[in-house]
Amino acid sequence: MTSTTSDRPGAIDARPVPHPLRWVAMVVIAVVVAMLISSFVTNDKWNFPFAFEIMQQTPVIEGLWKGTIFGTVGAMVLGIALGVLIAIMRLSANPVLRGVAFVYTWFFRAIPRYVLLVLLGTGLVFLYPVFDIGVPFGQQIAGVLGLESNLTFAQFDYRSLSSTIWVGIIGLGLSEAAYMAEIARAGILSVDRGQAEAAQALGMPPGRTMRRIILPQAMRVIVPPTGNETIAMVKDTSLLIAVPVIVELFYQSYQFGQRTFQIMPGIVAATLWYLIVCSILMVGQAWLERYFGRGFGAVPTRTQQKLTKIEADH
Amino acid sequence: MSQTTTGAHPDATSAPSDQALVHAVNVTKAFHGTEVLKGIDMDVHRGEVVVLCGPSGSGKTTFLRCINQLETIDGGRIFVDGDLMGYEDRGGTLHRLPDKRIAAQRRDIGMCFQRFNLFPHKTVLANIIEAPRQVKGTSRREAEAKAHELLEQVGLGDKPSAYPAQLSGGQQQRVAIARALAMDPKLMLFDEPTSALDPELVGEVLKVMRDLAKGGMTMIVVTHEMGFAREVADRVVFIDGGVVIEHGPPNQCLLNPQHPRTRAFLSRMRQEEAAHAEAVVATVTGKASALEAVAAPDDGAAPEEAAGRPPSA
Repeated sequence: MTSTTSDRPGAIDARPVPHPLRWVAMVVIAVVVAMLISSFVTNDKWNFPFAFEIMQQTPVIEGLWKGTIFGTVGAMVLGIALGVLIAIMRLSANPVLRGVAFVYTWFFRAIPRYVLLVLLGTGLVFLYPVFDIGVPFGQQIAGVLGLESNLTFAQFDYRSLSSTIWVGIIGLGLSEAAYMAEIARAGILSVDRGQAEAAQALGMPPGRTMRRIILPQAMRVIVPPTGNETIAMVKDTSLLIAVPVIVELFYQSYQFGQRTFQIMPGIVAATLWYLIVCSILMVGQAWLERYFGRGFGAVPTRTQQKLTKIEADH
Repeated sequence: MSQTTTGAHPDATSAPSDQALVHAVNVTKAFHGTEVLKGIDMDVHRGEVVVLCGPSGSGKTTFLRCINQLETIDGGRIFVDGDLMGYEDRGGTLHRLPDKRIAAQRRDIGMCFQRFNLFPHKTVLANIIEAPRQVKGTSRREAEAKAHELLEQVGLGDKPSAYPAQLSGGQQQRVAIARALAMDPKLMLFDEPTSALDPELVGEVLKVMRDLAKGGMTMIVVTHEMGFAREVADRVVFIDGGVVIEHGPPNQCLLNPQHPRTRAFLSRMRQEEAAHAEAVVATVTGKASALEAVAAPDDGAAPEEAAGRPPSA
């Protein structure tokens, strides 16, 4: 610096804007938290030590792994795979596929999950204890034609499957697919049309363009809501009792509480497990968002701004 | 009324017997009832560089996109290297080709877009090897070796692991050119490759394109860069209102245009170019590193040696 700068303004050392309301809010919250803690500590019915014990009981842990976590993973895998397929069908040029996808979404979004699980677990086994796979109206046609065979090719005893976790996974997965389809559709539509054109111009066929170029970019938009759906699914596994599947976290810990006449610790044990599982999922979601956001994080350069302007002009 | 470029063909619906790489006859195209192309005829020969110019909305970009079937055409025929694009002629009846066959037809035609359209989730190297790996089944080693070679060629040998968003517009467009070249195209289509660029970045892209033209690549270029057209084009085709108004070697078509609409367009372009040059000077002098930067836009514009290639056609 030159010597004439002695009276020029230097570094800024200013008082911040006062925020008195923050202090008020802090005091109010502190009082509420103190009240909560006092009730936790003074009310014996909470019985936290027993809740921790329930959390570690074998049937509860088994319910957590085999019911809640396995059910969530299974239902989400089915839901995402089927959902992406339905989203692609929904965006297809084929009107039949579009129609099927629309009806699917319409139907499964309208049915409450609890009702769907009862329907699959109890209703289906009442209607079709054994599935016959063959020609439609095969028995009637065979009767009219006087055939020996009843035109059935395969049989499947549904009774062996009903009230297993698999029915729960199928029910939750079918329902989830309807929501995932909408999420995936929004993600696919969010990818710039120029991306598909660039891939086409390079000679890539449509299927490969979707798999290699469009879907990976759509993931950036699909992942955050899918994380929400997964966390919601963890909680919805508590509906598995509707199938009925009893190897499931909430049912097991609630029952444990009831058997020991300690209802509250049973509920608290399940609550704490749900909190732990969902916290872990949130960490995983943050990692996935970073992974699929790669290549998008850089500061918008002037070119990027110019592109935005061109887009706006078109 | 459109002019035919190489005279009337006796049998306009079949592939030409001569050497034209692109042979378009009476191409028509309408968007929602509005006719955008009203019967365009054009032949582009191997090694030729053709610049399409004309006012915006004249149909030049649409015509370019019709060549590689990014748009379907309503009438006429387009042949590339003797192949009827998008259809198969079975005994006089046209059958639309399935998507996979159309994809195969596009393999040999490279294209660069106004907005680059690099794959943002892939690095520069991954962008370039994507199509050779996925479409041609080239081995990774071979594809990467070729990609590094192409990156050197477009002056980006140090950027293979960058993501597109970390590059300037000019660098992105050069990667896009390398990506198209990785498929060994016999024809390159450029759709206003420099219109989305800051003035001082235009030169580096035009330089790559000029080198490509010198190397004998057949190119069809939609651009407003009249300097590039004067210097590099073998032929300039002026399109307005969906028809070819005028065409010829650049020094005839650009310096001595016959059609009043061509003249009106060119004088408008000259004014814009002057404004553009001022903008370049303004940007450049506005920067601290003025001296180095001045050289670059210079080499993009001035047609110092007009005899770059002999005018053909």
